[in-house]
Amino acid sequence: MTPSADARPKAVMGTDMRTHLGATQIPNPVLTASGCAAAGRELDPFLDLTALGAVVTKSVQLRARSGRATPRMSETPSGMLNSIGLQGPGIDELLRTDLPWLAERGARAMVSIAGGAVEEYAELATRLRGARGMVALEVNISCPNVESRGEVFACDPAAAWAVLAAVRAADPGVPVYAKLSPDVTDIASVARACVDGGADGISAINTLLGLVIDTDTLRPALAAVTGGLSGPAIRPVALRCVWQIHRAMREIPILGMGGITSGADALQFILAGASAVSVGTAVFGDPNAPERISHELANALASKGFARLSDAVGFAHQSVDFPA
Amino acid sequence: MSRTWGITQAIDLAQAHERMTATMSIPLPPVPKEKRPRPVQVRAKVVGVRVVGAYREFTLHAPGVGVDAQPGQFITLGVGGNSSALLLRRAFALSGVDGDTINVVVATHGPGTRWICDRQLGDVLDLIGPLGRPFPAPPPGGAALLVAGGYGAAPFVGLAQRLCAAGHAVAAVLGAATGDRLYAVPEFPALTRVLAVTTEDGSAGRTGRVTDVVPELLPGASVVYACGPMPMLRAVAAQSAAYGLICHVSVEEAMACGIGVCMTCVLPVIGDDGTSRFLRSCVDGPVFEGAKVRFDDIGRLPDDLYGAAAMRATR
Repeated sequence: MTPSADARPKAVMGTDMRTHLGATQIPNPVLTASGCAAAGRELDPFLDLTALGAVVTKSVQLRARSGRATPRMSETPSGMLNSIGLQGPGIDELLRTDLPWLAERGARAMVSIAGGAVEEYAELATRLRGARGMVALEVNISCPNVESRGEVFACDPAAAWAVLAAVRAADPGVPVYAKLSPDVTDIASVARACVDGGADGISAINTLLGLVIDTDTLRPALAAVTGGLSGPAIRPVALRCVWQIHRAMREIPILGMGGITSGADALQFILAGASAVSVGTAVFGDPNAPERISHELANALASKGFARLSDAVGFAHQSVDFPA
Repeated sequence: MSRTWGITQAIDLAQAHERMTATMSIPLPPVPKEKRPRPVQVRAKVVGVRVVGAYREFTLHAPGVGVDAQPGQFITLGVGGNSSALLLRRAFALSGVDGDTINVVVATHGPGTRWICDRQLGDVLDLIGPLGRPFPAPPPGGAALLVAGGYGAAPFVGLAQRLCAAGHAVAAVLGAATGDRLYAVPEFPALTRVLAVTTEDGSAGRTGRVTDVVPELLPGASVVYACGPMPMLRAVAAQSAAYGLICHVSVEEAMACGIGVCMTCVLPVIGDDGTSRFLRSCVDGPVFEGAKVRFDDIGRLPDDLYGAAAMRATR
């Protein structure tokens, strides 16, 4: 039973935490976040990877990437700014070692892919088709489009549509989530373009573009000058994005993320319309965070009287009129 | 109290957890059902605080961390408690291990290390360790030269003990800008045949830098270990190489996670295959062979680095 907004919620014994990534059911709505868990192996000493909804692997590209020069990171109030440059060995190595390692343990993988051109995304999706243990694709479109003077795909609905359409064509079966940038005027319209292109769901949000200047050296703190801001500092922005996307497309599943460090934080995203959440930067402070947060979220839902996680998805919207 | 290394007795993590929960109110990470791979995350209680010049030396009750820890490895501490605005962990070299307790030395760099330095007896810290790769052993019977800058002496207390116990001759050069930034000088006379102390302001030992003394001691050494600021490591590695000696350097790079996930703490290192890569100082280091570290390219993206071509394509 869904608790009504005016009734006093009664605590329930245990909440059914099952949810879906597209059509694929997962037992736990808490996932890692791309770039904040590598490919899972480093977190294995600290939590049960198989109990997570999925391990979202670091965005992979076709070729090996060195990443950018250092400094790559600056700690900020309740957050951090980073510009790593997607350092990684490329798709061959992911297919050869990382995905089999996760599959052997029974951990689900949501594979994040990134590219500089529409064709690169399509080729990655093709290479990954049928990979054992992969339950979904997350398409990181916060990358510069080499063929469009470096404009970020996620900031142009037409370019975002083109990437998602190409990925969908390359693998018609796999659940596909488009990961959106908050650095846009109307995130709901980008989300809609991605869904029109073939995305099953939306991951929101990626980092916000930021800058820190080192007052000792009088230069930008990061070698790349700007970087992506993450952590609790961006949580209200992320929550607003999830809220707007859910209002625009109530039936589209959202993987919510941005500064989640507790079960109560995760509950906010669920109430705003997310049907699953990713825990990112919190892992750097506490590698056990995704496991801890999934327990805290279950307790928070139970204490508010939700028998099922799915009953809580978008629940906060009931208190606010939807446009007719 | 002398701190010793080489504890071999296995620790029952579940038992340790039970002991900890009995005395603490802060929630603990869940008990692993089966023994998890190293490292471990524990609630560590402050059981000793000592002011050492400009530093604080903490003795922490951290069950399971020191079991098979080696000199050169490090631990990380969470900062500020559960509602902290400082999200990232701080890394500290292990300076001693004695059963369930470990020693670390903390220098105040900013608000995070200041918070740690303010911890009192009985306070509890979120600790992960042991992390990173330790110092490799010297060649059989070889004499070791240890060169430290400031609190870079921390991992050398345990290393000198290990080397002494194994019959290696040890010489040490401990330097700092000022006398109050030296660490563990009183521990070394019992462990070393030759001990030199330098300060840049002359407030202790010889006036000058460690690199002024190193050339005098290289002839008696068969391997060099260095820990301190990056310019010092670069200089000592160059001096050692010029003398034909291997120099193991322990680097200090800014880290976000300390466990190999975030790719923040990388530096360009030449691999055994001759190819240079950005390696993580937390899991591939912090100890590297000095001759393999491309000190001149730290902070740059060299064209020949593995994967650099892909960066040019998308920049």
